[in-house]
Amino acid sequence: MTPAGSPGAGAGIGAMDRRDMAWHVDRAARLLVFVGGISAIVFIVGIFVFITKEGLAFVLGPLKLGEFLTSIAWRPTSNNPTYGALALIVGTASVTGFAMLLSVPLSLGAALFIAEFASGKTRETLKVLVEMLAAIPSVVWGFVGMSIMNPLIIQTFDIPVGLNVLNAGLILGLMAAPIMTTIAEDALKAVPDTYREAAEALGATRWEVIVKVVIPASRNGLLAAVLLGVGRGFGETMAVLMASGHAINLPTSVFDSVRALTATIAAELGDTVTGGNHYGSLFTLGILLFVVTFAINLTADIVVRGIRRK
Amino acid sequence: MVGLSAEAAVANHGAGPAYDEPPVIEVRDLSIAYGGKRALGNVTLDIHRHEIFGIIGPANSGKTSFLRALNRMDAFNSAMEVEGSICINGKNVNDWRNEYALRRRIGVVFPLPAGLPLTVYENVAFSPRLRGIRKKAELDEVVERCLRRAALWDEVKGRLDSLGSLLSGGQQQRLTIARALSQEPELLLLDEFSIAVDPVTTMRIEDVLKELRSELTIVLVTNLVQQARRLADRTAFFLMGELVEIGDTEDLFAGEVKDERTTGYIEGRFG
Repeated sequence: MTPAGSPGAGAGIGAMDRRDMAWHVDRAARLLVFVGGISAIVFIVGIFVFITKEGLAFVLGPLKLGEFLTSIAWRPTSNNPTYGALALIVGTASVTGFAMLLSVPLSLGAALFIAEFASGKTRETLKVLVEMLAAIPSVVWGFVGMSIMNPLIIQTFDIPVGLNVLNAGLILGLMAAPIMTTIAEDALKAVPDTYREAAEALGATRWEVIVKVVIPASRNGLLAAVLLGVGRGFGETMAVLMASGHAINLPTSVFDSVRALTATIAAELGDTVTGGNHYGSLFTLGILLFVVTFAINLTADIVVRGIRRK
Repeated sequence: MVGLSAEAAVANHGAGPAYDEPPVIEVRDLSIAYGGKRALGNVTLDIHRHEIFGIIGPANSGKTSFLRALNRMDAFNSAMEVEGSICINGKNVNDWRNEYALRRRIGVVFPLPAGLPLTVYENVAFSPRLRGIRKKAELDEVVERCLRRAALWDEVKGRLDSLGSLLSGGQQQRLTIARALSQEPELLLLDEFSIAVDPVTTMRIEDVLKELRSELTIVLVTNLVQQARRLADRTAFFLMGELVEIGDTEDLFAGEVKDERTTGYIEGRFG
């Protein structure tokens, strides 16, 4: 606003009621922020509508829910096609589960070390390295799985094929670890130092401070970190496709090859007729992925709310 | 601690400081610096059992650093360098191999109520649990006793299971005092405890401190000179990292000072 708006102009305070630059900027900024905020909802609803639309004809038509959930016969291109997705569901679950078993303790440990014990240069270097690890493209991880882990596993365990749950789980665990570490470390750092000082002044050791004060206080953030990791593992496609062996199979040990939901979609969608049954069945897998992811997030939300209310 | 506290319990000196005994805290040539920048220099003083020892001085004069050095909170801040010696009950604090055990003997109350993210009950039970008290009945007893002594029990007895952070500011500060007492400390360090507390509550806490004097030794850092006058037996005046003088509180406030700056500060001419 210019000095022209000063009350000395004679018309009194009413003369200042002009829409000036600041007013317009405020309006524009509000609109921009509103669009940004609303876009998340638009996109998620849009994706859900698109996937459902493409898959709906199949879900309402040829899909037999019993077969889909209990049969391992995934033969969409056969003359007499069957759509049993059990092996794919178990494949995804086993790889993700194994990956989490590995990476949750590893990441939380790394986060604790960076946030609570490391200091100065060590801390900064570790943070940067962990974040760089998160930036490695998944296809590169797939390479590692195929050309390094595969022969290594064959050699170490003396088995014919090294592309299996172990391989994919290790790769996926390493992929999920950086994001989990980063988020968990942020959650730990968000705990005010006054808590630590208060507890230490009471004579708690570093470890007691961490276990009794810091971890309980950052529980929500740590849970969010783990769930983001689970989501990452669940949705990962390329690395799993390359490292899991991509064989329809109910695994009985970590040395069995499996096939994941995501990998199936990626590998098969290009060969389908748009709108056909195979096409529709892949979108049904997509709906399943979407529903599971949604359920995980919802559960997390409820758990977190429950903790907050207490 | 181990040796003297038993004697002290027997030969309780009532409300008066035990100047005839060896001092509880002996500070010799204490200097504190942060990353090479001096915060406090060449402090030598003694603090006696059953004494409330006041420390006054404007901001940045090294009062808080002094307190932090007493229970080795310097371990927290790698930039904090401590020189000289501090002996508590004749033992140099740096000779404690287990600094956690040392801190368990020293209660600290911070300027702002530093609640732990726990319930009222768990806040007070935290330290007893660290000492290994597991029985519910025993913990209940400790919690109630400490809350009563901090003049808080009547206000919170109905909501021991709600979060400590939901209490009012003054209640939270009394909660931290109750927590400090739950350590069964020999030494209570208070750092500007009344900064976030209303005057009425401040008076209640001051009354509590006067009662506690017969059981332990209190070091009271305050930026309210009148608070030092009300509570402290002896008072030290810190100014810009220097110990200007120590004297009987009454003498200092009566103008019997060795250094004119003390009177200047007490009368509010600077600082």
